[in-house]
Amino acid sequence: MNYLRLNINSREIKVKPGTTVLQAAQASGTYIPTLCADPDLKPHGGCRLCIVEVKGMRNMPTACTTIVSEDMVVNTETEAVHKERRSVIDLIIADHPMDCLTCIKNQRCELQDVAAYLGITERNLPRTIKQKPIDDSNPFFTFNHNYCILCQRCTRTCDEITGVNAIEIINRGYNSKVSTFGDKPLMESICKSCGECVARCPVAALVAKNSIMPTSKIETTCPYCGVGCMMELGIRNGKIVSVEGSRSSQANNGRLCVKGRYGIADFVQHPERLVQPLLRKSNTLIETSWEEALNIVAQKLSAYSGDQIAVIASAKCTNEDNYIVQKFARSVLGTNNIDHCARL
Amino acid sequence: MAGLATTFGSGAMTNSNNDLLGANCIFSIGSNTTETHPVIGFNIKKATRSGAKLIIANPRHIELVRYADIWLQHTPGSDVALLMAMMKIILKEGLHDNSFIMQRCENFKPFKQSLDDFDLTTAETITGVPLGQIVEAARMYAQNGPSAILYAMGITQHSHGTDNVIAIANLAMLTGNIGKPGSGVNPLRGQNNVQGACDMGSLPNVCSGYQKISEPSIKQKFNVAWGINLPTEEGLSITEMIDSILQGRIKALYLIGENPILSDPDAGHVRKALSTIEFFVAQDIFINESVELAHVVLPGTSFAEKDGTFTNTERRVQRVRKAIDPIGYSRPDWLITCQIAQRMGAKGFDFEQPSQIMDEIAKVTPSYGGISYKRLDKGGLQWPCPDLKHPGTSILHTQQFTRGKGRFMPLRYKPPAELPDKDYPMMLTTGRNLFQFHTGTMSRKVAGLNSFKGEEEVEIHPKDAERLFLNNGDKVKVISRRGEITARIKISEASSPGVIFMTFHFAESPTNILTNPALDPISKIPELKVCSVKISKI
Ligand code: SF4
Ligand code: SF4
Repeated sequence: MNYLRLNINSREIKVKPGTTVLQAAQASGTYIPTLCADPDLKPHGGCRLCIVEVKGMRNMPTACTTIVSEDMVVNTETEAVHKERRSVIDLIIADHPMDCLTCIKNQRCELQDVAAYLGITERNLPRTIKQKPIDDSNPFFTFNHNYCILCQRCTRTCDEITGVNAIEIINRGYNSKVSTFGDKPLMESICKSCGECVARCPVAALVAKNSIMPTSKIETTCPYCGVGCMMELGIRNGKIVSVEGSRSSQANNGRLCVKGRYGIADFVQHPERLVQPLLRKSNTLIETSWEEALNIVAQKLSAYSGDQIAVIASAKCTNEDNYIVQKFARSVLGTNNIDHCARL
Repeated sequence: MAGLATTFGSGAMTNSNNDLLGANCIFSIGSNTTETHPVIGFNIKKATRSGAKLIIANPRHIELVRYADIWLQHTPGSDVALLMAMMKIILKEGLHDNSFIMQRCENFKPFKQSLDDFDLTTAETITGVPLGQIVEAARMYAQNGPSAILYAMGITQHSHGTDNVIAIANLAMLTGNIGKPGSGVNPLRGQNNVQGACDMGSLPNVCSGYQKISEPSIKQKFNVAWGINLPTEEGLSITEMIDSILQGRIKALYLIGENPILSDPDAGHVRKALSTIEFFVAQDIFINESVELAHVVLPGTSFAEKDGTFTNTERRVQRVRKAIDPIGYSRPDWLITCQIAQRMGAKGFDFEQPSQIMDEIAKVTPSYGGISYKRLDKGGLQWPCPDLKHPGTSILHTQQFTRGKGRFMPLRYKPPAELPDKDYPMMLTTGRNLFQFHTGTMSRKVAGLNSFKGEEEVEIHPKDAERLFLNNGDKVKVISRRGEITARIKISEASSPGVIFMTFHFAESPTNILTNPALDPISKIPELKVCSVKISKI
C-alpha cells in the first residue's frame, strides 16, 4: 500500500490515496467543524463550515470535498477561515430558535458544538421571525422545520442509504425546505419510517417522539427479522428508552428498519406481558407459583412415552434456548418429535 | 431448505448481506425484500445505484420493481417453469460456464435431458410471461456475473417448494455463480432466529449442526455426550404433529414461543388439535390464540431480558444481551426447560449461564466448534467456524461444495396442488407487510406500527373489483374449501387480475384458515403461497 504525505497545521501525516482532507484531519485528531458531513454519505460541500486554506490554492476549499494530494499543506485555523466560518454560522443561527435549554437536543446538538467551537456568544444578524408548521403526522418522529438548518443530511440519507427518496429540498433560496413529494405530511408520503434520517439530523428538526436520554447502553440483536441487525438499547431506570443501530455489526452497519428502531420497547414493556405461571382450573387459567407449575409439568410429561409427546420450539428464541429444548426432547422425553416454524 | 442440501450439501445462505454490494446482477425471486428484510433491501438498492442489474420475478408489483431492469410477473406457483425456461435459453445460447460444470459439478446429463423435454412455448403459457422477457432475463443473469440470487418464502412455501429451490441451485451452478464474491444462492430466512433454531437441531431428523440421527456414528456421539440412548426413529414435522394429535397418537404438547393457529395452514384444524389434546403446556411472553388453550402457561422472557445468541440469515452468530430485568416473574426459556428437566430427574441441565450452554454447543457441533462468548464480544462469527482460531466463513462452497460436487437435479414442472376452478375462481397468495411481523405477537403490541397497518386488507386488481362490483373499503368474505374470513378490500394494481393478496398478521382475519396444508413431500413445508378462493360482498 502506498501512502500520501500531507501537512495539516504543521503536522506531518500519512493517508491512503483517495482520502479527503476532512477524513485526514479527523484521523489525525484535528477537529474541523462541519454540519453536513456524515461518514455514511457522499461528501456534499453544502454547509461550507469545513473550509480550510491549502497552500497554492486561491479559494478556500471545503475539506470534505478536497482529496489529499502528495505534499499538500493544509491550515485549518487561519484568520480568514475563521471569519468565513463565522459568517456561515451567523446566517444559520439568524433564524434558529435558540431555545437551547428546553430543546430536546440540548447537549446532543451538533450546531451547539460548532457554535461553541467558534466562540459564538451572541446573534450578529437580526432575527428573522418565521413560524413554520410542524409535521407531527408520523407516530415515531416529528419534523419541526423551525429547527432545520438545510444541511440535507436527511434527504441524502433517504436517497443514498435507504433508496426510498421520500423527502427532498423543495422551493428555492429563502423558501427552501425539506419536504415530501407534493409537500404532503410524512404519513401520506412513501416514507418507510426507518428513522435513518432522524438518526443523522444534527439538530432538533427530526427527532424521535418519546425519546429520553438513557443512562446506559447495551448492544444486542434485533428480535424481528432474519437480517440480524445489531442495536444499542438505551436503558434508564430499568426501562428501554431508546434504540440505535450498532455500527460494529457487518449485518447492518448501523442501519435499522422501522420495526427494530421503533418497535422494541412497546412490546417488551407491554402491560399484557405474562408475568406469572398460569394453571387451568375448572376451565380458566389462574395464576400459580413456579413451584407448582413446574412440578405439574414435570409430573404430567413423565407420564407419557416419547412417541406420545411433541415439542414445538421457537425461531424467536435464542440458540441456547433451542439447544436446550432439543436436548430435553431427545434425552429426557425420549422423542425426536421436535420442530419449529422454520418451514413457515 | 432440503433443496440446497441435496444440490450443495448445505441449506444455508451461501454469501453475506454485504456481499450483495459486489454483485453485478441481482436476481430476486419470491422475495419482497424491502418489506420482509428491509436492511438487505437497502443493500439491493445501493447495488443498483452503483450499476448492478436487477431482475425481479414476483407475481406482485413490489417496491423493488421501481429499481429493476426487468420485472417478470409470473403466475403464482409457476417458478419452476420460469427457471427451466431461463436455463434452457442459457444452454441454447451457450452462456453456461462449461468449465465450472465439468470441474465442480456432477449429474449434468440427466439434468440437460430434462430441459430438452421442456418446451419454451409451454413456459410462456404456464408463467404468463412473454418469452422475449424470459430471454432477456436469462441473458442478463448469465452475462453480467458475478450474479447473486435471492429468494424467500415465495419460493419455499409451495407443495413443490423443494423443486423450486433445486431449480434455483441448478441455475447458479449452470452459470458458475457459486463460491465467489457477489454471486451465490441466498435464501432469506423469515424470523430472526430461524437459522439458529435449525442449526441447534430443533428439527425432527437432525441434532445440532445438521448431524443426522439416522447415522450410527452421530447417535453414538450424542449417546456419549449426553449419557443417554438417543431415540433413533425420526420425529414428526409440525404439520404431521397436528394430524397425529387429532388421531390420538400424540397426547402431550410442549409449545414454546409460537402461535401455530395463526401461522400454520388450515387454522381450524390446528385449533381443534390444540383444544382436544390431553396435556398442553405453553411457554411464551404473551397469551395468544394458541397459548390460551393450554393447561399450563409458563412466562418466558423477551430477548431484552436474557443473554444468548441469534444466528442471522447469513449464518452470523451474534450476541443477545440482557438489557433489563425479567418482567414480573418471567424466566429465560433455557432456564425454564432446564428446571423441568431437573424435576424429571435428568442430568446435564445444571447450567448457570447461557455461555456454558454455548460451550457445550461448540463441543458437540462441528460448525460452531470455534464459537464462544469471549470471541463474540469482539463481533459476530459466521459458521462454519470449526475451531477457536478460525475467522468464520463469509462465502460457502469456494473450493468445493459442502457435499463435494454440486449435484444437478433433473426437474419437471408441477402445478400447485390447488388451481382456480369454477367454484373457487381466484388465486390467493400470502405475504408480509413492513410494519407488522409474522403473527403480530410482538409488532401488534406497538401502537405506532398499528397506525400504518392495523387490519387485514384484501388486495384486489381493479378489473376484478369492477367485475364483482366492489369499492375500496368494502367488507368481503373470502372463502376457500377450508374456511372463510372477512376483511376489507383494497383495490390495487399490485397483483395481476385473478390473484388476490393477503398477509397473516391479524388474528381477526386469520388468513391461514383459508390456506392449503398440502405439503412439499421433502421439506414438509405447506403450500401457503397459493390456494383457490372466491369472494363475496357482505
Ligand atoms: S424515515 Fe426513512 S424513508 Fe422516511 S424520510 Fe427518513 S430516511 Fe426516508
Ligand atoms: S431492524 Fe429491521 S431489518 Fe434489521 S433485523 Fe430488525 S426487523 Fe430486520
